[in-house]
Amino acid sequence: MAKRIDVSDLDIYYGNFKAVEGVNLSIEPRSITALIGPSGCGKSTFLRALNRMHEVIPGARVEGKVVIEGQDLYGSDVDPVDVRRQIGMVFQRPNPFPTMSIYDNVAAGLRLNAKKTSKSDMDDLVERSLKGANLWNEVKDRLNRPGSGLSGGQQQRLCIARAIAIQPEVLLMDEPCSALDPISTLAVEDLMMELKEQFTIVIVTHNMQQAARVSETTGFFNLNGVGQPGRLIEYNPTEKIFSNPDEKATEDYISGRFG
Amino acid sequence: MTSTTSAPPAQQPKSRPGDRIFAGTAKGAGILILVILAGVALFLISESVPALTASPDEIPGDGGLASYIGPLIFGTLLSAMIALLVATPLAVAIALFITFYAPRKLAAGLGYVVDLLAAIPSIVYGFWGIAWLAPRLVPFYRWLEENLGFIPFFTGPVSSSGRTMLTIGLVLAVMILPIVSAISREVFSQVPTLHTEAALALGATRWEMIKMAVIPYGKSGIIGGSMLGLGRALGETMAVAIILSGSAAGITWALITSANPQTIAANIALQFPEETGLGVNTLIASGLALFVITLLVNMLARWVVSRRADFSGAN
Ligand SMILES: Nc1ncnc2c1ncn2[C@@H]1O[C@H](COP(=O)(O)OP(=O)(O)O)[C@@H](O)[C@H]1O
Ligand SMILES: [Mg+2]
Repeated sequence: MAKRIDVSDLDIYYGNFKAVEGVNLSIEPRSITALIGPSGCGKSTFLRALNRMHEVIPGARVEGKVVIEGQDLYGSDVDPVDVRRQIGMVFQRPNPFPTMSIYDNVAAGLRLNAKKTSKSDMDDLVERSLKGANLWNEVKDRLNRPGSGLSGGQQQRLCIARAIAIQPEVLLMDEPCSALDPISTLAVEDLMMELKEQFTIVIVTHNMQQAARVSETTGFFNLNGVGQPGRLIEYNPTEKIFSNPDEKATEDYISGRFG
Repeated sequence: MTSTTSAPPAQQPKSRPGDRIFAGTAKGAGILILVILAGVALFLISESVPALTASPDEIPGDGGLASYIGPLIFGTLLSAMIALLVATPLAVAIALFITFYAPRKLAAGLGYVVDLLAAIPSIVYGFWGIAWLAPRLVPFYRWLEENLGFIPFFTGPVSSSGRTMLTIGLVLAVMILPIVSAISREVFSQVPTLHTEAALALGATRWEMIKMAVIPYGKSGIIGGSMLGLGRALGETMAVAIILSGSAAGITWALITSANPQTIAANIALQFPEETGLGVNTLIASGLALFVITLLVNMLARWVVSRRADFSGAN
């Protein structure tokens, strides 16, 4: 299931503005990779380029290469819709569909894959996904209530359940805990540790402890100034980044000397 | 330390003049609306009483109040329903196209043109309907009669002038299109990016995203917009009066013949100058019926909108 991602010489533009420049990295399957760096350095932009979600924004485009397990993500015959079915995404603010019940939220992605799924198969998949997101016990008695009635942390786990229900190969998470309280944050972190057995996970976080706690590899993005493109400054095993980074800028950032 | 420390802790928030003026104005405006509404209702009821209590042969047409107003209510509802059925899907489609498919420049222009439709006076719609649209619809009506004549709506004989219930429904549909599509467009543009992106990130195509995130979110807005349109269609006077003048049939489902029931509003406009005494009371009684219908439509709309408030996305 989990797949390897190779990025080479990736530039990302919003219209004429170059937001990210020259990113080269390889992401291992079945691992958690954390992306850190100051605001505006292009972490979200880079993450969205990994499942072509940036294309939703008019004028956004990339140059360079992203290869997922040998397949060029930006090949001319590749449909972004298929890409996103393989590479799921969890957003900064929990975004369950407010008009849908908890059950329907989880089933939403499954129903897109037009195949007819029987009611009992669907029930199984929903249950399995909610269990996978550590949410089943909290919601099993109110699956038909709106998802927006849950707490923030529960909503975020619902979004994770929705994302893993379609069994993607990669899960991208853009600051998934920044809107959550510490307890919910720990719940989501525990969940990530379980999910990495099956998925390749890339997480953007502003929380240094979180990066240190959950990830195997960390990438540090930075930018030289406003209006300059963001760059990947250092990409190393998390232990090394947090104890003995190669770059001075990384050390400064981690020790809170700027940003 | 000054004497301020000795002030007792404020039990109530300090009342500021601005707040008081605003609260007063808002309350006053609210009361004024209720008073006007009650006044209108009282007027309609008191002026209707003579007609309600009169013996059947005194009412115009000699058949009693029910058989006078009945076809009018029927004609009003039928024409408004046709308009609604035609306009709502079209308006939603236009709004979706403008919001999600059209290139930005085209979208702005198109939105502007649709809004302009609302600025055309209804009398102009009436002329347009009778002079341009009606004759052009006749061949289409002939086709309907020949091919779908077994459906009660399309039984003949086809009106040779094209001045029919269906024509009126279509003219009214064009008239309410701007309001329904403007409100749909408004709610569609308010669908949070959060939700559209949630759908796209699951691998939804644009159309699937619309079905998954946009329509459900905008549903109550669409219903609200079409109810406003329905209100306009129910009360529309001039366009109907022009196109259906001279025709006063009873209740009939045939939409393309020359025998059509009038609508309440058009009938009042056409008859009022002619009537005296009890005739006027009868017209006012029909106005009361229109008032009640519009009120019911609005209540129904509110009920529909609130029914699934939990899921509305407003929270
Ligand atoms: N939709 C957009 N349109 C234009 N510029 C954008 C858009 N989103 C982000 N940017 C710009 O791209 C740069 C990187 O932003 P982002 O990826 O959101 O940074 P981060 O997630 O690291 O805080 C910023 O300069 C930001 O202003
Ligand atoms: Mg960001």
